[in-house]
Amino acid sequence: MKKRNLLQRAIIIAIVTVVGVYIVLGPHGRRPHLQDLKWSGIKANLQNNIHLGLDLKGGSHLVMRVKVEEYLKRLTDDNAVAALNAAKEAGFDVKEAHAETAGGNYRVVMTIADPSKANDTRAAVQKKVDVNENTGWSFSTSGATLTWSLNGTEQKALGDSATTQAQKIIESRIYGIGVAEPTLQRRGGQNSHELLLQMPGISDPEHVKQLLAGESHLELVHIISPPSPAPSQSYFSREEAMASLNSGGNVPANRRVLPYTERQDLTTTPEQSANAPKPQKWVVVESPAIIDGIDLRTAQAVQDRAGSDKYQISFSLKKNGADKFGTWTGANINEYMGVVLNNEVKSIAYIKSQIFDQGEISGNFTKEQGEDLALTLRSGALPAPIEYSEERTVGPSLGADSIRSGVRASVLGLALVVLFMLVYYRGSGINAIVALLLNMILMLAGLIIFGATLTLPGIAGIILTIGMAVDSNVLIFERIREEMRSGKTIPSSVEQGFAHAFVTIIDTHVTTIVSAIFLYFFATGAPMIRGFAVTLALGLVVNLFSAVYVSRTIFIWLLGRKGRRAESLSI
Amino acid sequence: MFQLFHNVNIDWLGKRKIFIGLSILLMLAGMGTALYRHRFHPNGTDAFNLGVDFKGGTVVTTRFKQPPTVEGLRAAIDTAGVHDAVIQPVLDRPGEFLIKVPQMTAAPQPEAIQNQQVGVDPARARVGQALKTFGEGNAEIVGTDAVSAVASSQLRTQAIAVTIAALIGMLLFIAFRFEWTYGAGAVIAVFHTVLVTLGLFSIFQIEINLTVIAALLTLVGFDVNDSIVIFDRIRENRKLYRRMSLYDVTNLSINQTLSRTVITSGLVFLSVIALVLLGGETLRPFSLALLMGILFGTYDTIAVAGPIMVWWERRLAATDRKAIGQAAVGTRNAQRSNANQASRGALAREQKS
Repeated sequence: MKKRNLLQRAIIIAIVTVVGVYIVLGPHGRRPHLQDLKWSGIKANLQNNIHLGLDLKGGSHLVMRVKVEEYLKRLTDDNAVAALNAAKEAGFDVKEAHAETAGGNYRVVMTIADPSKANDTRAAVQKKVDVNENTGWSFSTSGATLTWSLNGTEQKALGDSATTQAQKIIESRIYGIGVAEPTLQRRGGQNSHELLLQMPGISDPEHVKQLLAGESHLELVHIISPPSPAPSQSYFSREEAMASLNSGGNVPANRRVLPYTERQDLTTTPEQSANAPKPQKWVVVESPAIIDGIDLRTAQAVQDRAGSDKYQISFSLKKNGADKFGTWTGANINEYMGVVLNNEVKSIAYIKSQIFDQGEISGNFTKEQGEDLALTLRSGALPAPIEYSEERTVGPSLGADSIRSGVRASVLGLALVVLFMLVYYRGSGINAIVALLLNMILMLAGLIIFGATLTLPGIAGIILTIGMAVDSNVLIFERIREEMRSGKTIPSSVEQGFAHAFVTIIDTHVTTIVSAIFLYFFATGAPMIRGFAVTLALGLVVNLFSAVYVSRTIFIWLLGRKGRRAESLSI
Repeated sequence: MFQLFHNVNIDWLGKRKIFIGLSILLMLAGMGTALYRHRFHPNGTDAFNLGVDFKGGTVVTTRFKQPPTVEGLRAAIDTAGVHDAVIQPVLDRPGEFLIKVPQMTAAPQPEAIQNQQVGVDPARARVGQALKTFGEGNAEIVGTDAVSAVASSQLRTQAIAVTIAALIGMLLFIAFRFEWTYGAGAVIAVFHTVLVTLGLFSIFQIEINLTVIAALLTLVGFDVNDSIVIFDRIRENRKLYRRMSLYDVTNLSINQTLSRTVITSGLVFLSVIALVLLGGETLRPFSLALLMGILFGTYDTIAVAGPIMVWWERRLAATDRKAIGQAAVGTRNAQRSNANQASRGALAREQKS
């Protein structure tokens, strides 16, 4: 090897080392100053630079599944009701219509009296309801039975869009409660309908969980009742309400029977009203609702009266909703309307005059209940319920303990390996140790550059890399020894040792990187395991530089000093 | 210089029957235990002690300032409505307990919780209630892991699929770099290590969680590494000693690389020992899987991978000879590398003599 070559190598190594050390220990995003050289400065920079996983710094990891089958079921149910209404309105004699939603099939099934009218009925229904080929519903008929079924492609597309919508809503709820640095992402494939939420620093996610899963479905409905001044019509039992429908025990498609908890008389004191049994009543309302939660513009929790500890929700409607609402209330003065929240009538009011865009929900909420409810209303209703399929939390103290044991284990592992290399390979052991330390630094630098997070399994990956990184050196050294034993000169033994070992090193590194890649893709939903795969792969890539290039340079330098007549090598 | 193995000349392949017999015995012991536990559930154990990741349920980690007795803790948790909880004190951290609650789908739930419609159990909230009975500020929940039944069965399938995929990936890579027979030798050897490690996990009922799968996949990579080092040497030696039989070349190559194999495994073993000792309770199953896997992995690269490869090559050579006898000459041979032809010639000669 020529002198110039050695110089070139030394410069490359020096640059890589300095850059690596700066990335790991230097300040990012500002100019370095003297403070950075002090122990405390180094420590602070290190903490800033390395992103710790939730398992090390504490926080919650929640996986939620959007129950898209519920979404499709609701959609089918709604369409069945709408189809029945549309057919009846068009004057067809329909016996019944229902939704079939079992075993992954979503169908609207309608039975008509006269089979010869099947096509006309179909046309009438599809004029009003979106159940045609364009929206993914295929139609079939057999005798007097008409069936619309939702095809698989459209099921997938709808499920996917419901999940995306749920993600947006959950996102706005998370920001609404002010969680710091949350991450929310889709998990798994398009058909998994899972969301992964990570919230650093929150080790008791109970409240957040309830808030995110909270279903706040607001509707403004027409109460079926004689107009004011007669009192609004309500019933003492569900059976009584059903009887009033005169429909033989079935709720017709354009009616719903909902519970209604009557508002407390404002003249009673809060203590009295808390003790008195709240009268549960039932009312019959018209379906569909006049206004749905989608038309909501904003919602706020406000005090019932000044100084009260009870809260109510005041809301206002968007332009579209306000127009619809204005038209309807204008046409129904003296009728009764109800505010329905999650299928329960919260309040009933009679329409004195045309109302446009304001309303209230009173329900004697506490401050927190009121604020949570207002937030869920503002963010909109979830398209489908969600359920939590994984919940992992780590408190800050547990995380700190993990860091401590991880660091201890690394130091012990490093010490054992260093000791062995020094005893077994003597002078050349130092060479391997230099390579090993450089490997650690560059691996951390790589983690920082890629913005990867360091997790507890990630630390395990680093420790494992300590053991595996010296493997390359062992391969090379053993080979050099062999060449020396076979009688070659020292410079040519070193040359040959590196040349032969290099092929093997490439092969072994590729296999381990292959398994790290498999691990990475397996662990789509387990960031902690991904952290392990990342450190393992990074360590191996860096190793090619540190154990091969750097070690070789050190040998070249050593042999260069001894000259052509080098007769001994400490190995 | 200080040398671990110097000029060793061991006939590894000659002892293949003992080695392979031992391997089969180890695998049978592990799988037998797993099957026995699966069928008869002695002391309520199962084939594998699956963690929440793969079985569903909740683990709550709690820390006490003044720790109660395990019985006291169990009674309090029982009162709060969580039954069948397994309470395990954390050995290296006094005052800390792991409370493991199985999936509670069948248990009647209070209405408030039912309405939440959660997939994971409300065990955390219940345990939280129970902990309040030990005095204000005495106990805190420092961590939870809860996985629903559906999610855990998905993870189970994924874990099996990815392990098999990784093995196939290895097989393809080695087939590309060497020969199919080499790939088969290495992959069967690794598969054996995975099975033996799992068997030991069944025998000692060590918990299997996500990190154990990570450990197994690492082992797959690490173990194939070792095999490749030997295969590389075989490839090199076959060019050097064209007249030597594959049997002898393999023995020679194993012996030449023996120092390296043992030293590298030893060094990884040392770092894993550090993990077992100091890595803490969370990483223990992971560290133990690596520890066992490295021991058996080293053994199987020496004792299993080589013999299988040689046996396979010999069978191929035998079928080739028959093919030549039937005058269907050349088709197979033309597809294979020159080095192989040379070796098969050598093999044929060896077997004739």
